[in-house]
Amino acid sequence: MCTVCGCGTASLDAAAEAGDPAPHNHPRAVGQDHNHAHGDGEAHHHPHETAHHRHPGSAIDFGAGLAGVTLPGLSQERTIRIERDILSKNDAFAEANRSALHESAVFALNLLSSPGAGKTSLLVRTISDLKDRWSISVIEGDQQTSRDADRIRETGARAVQINTGKGCHLDAHMVGHALDQLSPHPGGLLFIENVGNLVCPAAFDLGEAFKVVVLSVTEGEDKPLKYPDMFAAADLMLLNKSDLLPYLDFDVGACCAAALRVNPHLQILTVSARTGEGLAGFYAWIEGRAAMALGPVAGAA
Amino acid sequence: MHEVSLVEDVIALVEGERVRQAFTRVNRIRLEVGLLSFAEPDALRFCFDAVAVGTIAEGSRLEIDTVAGEGWCERCLRTAPMDERLAACPRCVGVQLRMTAGDAFRLAELEVE
Repeated sequence: MCTVCGCGTASLDAAAEAGDPAPHNHPRAVGQDHNHAHGDGEAHHHPHETAHHRHPGSAIDFGAGLAGVTLPGLSQERTIRIERDILSKNDAFAEANRSALHESAVFALNLLSSPGAGKTSLLVRTISDLKDRWSISVIEGDQQTSRDADRIRETGARAVQINTGKGCHLDAHMVGHALDQLSPHPGGLLFIENVGNLVCPAAFDLGEAFKVVVLSVTEGEDKPLKYPDMFAAADLMLLNKSDLLPYLDFDVGACCAAALRVNPHLQILTVSARTGEGLAGFYAWIEGRAAMALGPVAGAA
Repeated sequence: MHEVSLVEDVIALVEGERVRQAFTRVNRIRLEVGLLSFAEPDALRFCFDAVAVGTIAEGSRLEIDTVAGEGWCERCLRTAPMDERLAACPRCVGVQLRMTAGDAFRLAELEVE
């Protein structure tokens, strides 16, 4: 038997039975071709580099290992330490987006909320208030339909719709494709409206400058405690639909306390996309953060 | 359920390793999942077999090591175990811990042939 390549266990037995030891030459080290005759009387030549090492009449494939070499009786099984973050692929796409956005001086915000908190209404209002000041483009994420992108386009802003199908969040790869299609104007503002979901989108960096979470007063004030990952990841919280406060039992103070408990560094603004209340504060926040991120020249329309 | 796309990312990493480390079969995939991470071990197990069909990971066994949470207490100046993101320090009770461990989500090891 060949003790290096393991070929011929069966042949050796056959040869022993036949009383005819098979000549077997190994003139060179592993990796070289060699010739040997098997007990069945059939001599053949086979290169060791080939992954598949098959003998006539035998289905056993010994040599499918790393170097195409094995010792008989030893499994090819091995354990590999990997130690890689599972989101490293998404993070690499996110970093590529971030540097592309930075190069073209585009200030990007990732808008997150549960469905119905008013992200799109807030964007429509923000675009009509800021469109003379900034060139604005929008990436819309939804499972289905292009309704949101249509609403945004009615304001005159450019928009690309991403339909995630079964997906519950946007990832950095999808956003990279949308950026290729959209090519936001240098010095402009980009809003990425994520899929309405307070859980999954928190985990996926898209390459944005900041995450803005929108919570509406028609939801419970304990939402930040129930969905802490999202509020922990956010930089700014907009408490929307403040015009409805007189009709609700919503406790703004308790809500802010809950949010700050999850994330002591969170900034909070109470706004109404319908009446415009508090939005001046949001616009000032955008202005300030964009200036810090891009330098004072950016955004001058 | 974002666990489906997380499992897809796991399999994509395994696929990348296959190219780099030249193996043809994966018998076991071991993940490290922090108890305070955004991935739910049961949900990962639930969708793994379905997502793995037709990939290099088909037929492989998924093992998940859970990693306990740990946080730093600003008052005691010590670390303490943390079983939820908002846990308070068990010694001085009331001061919220700042998470220092338990949010890992990593592909740790592969058993291949």
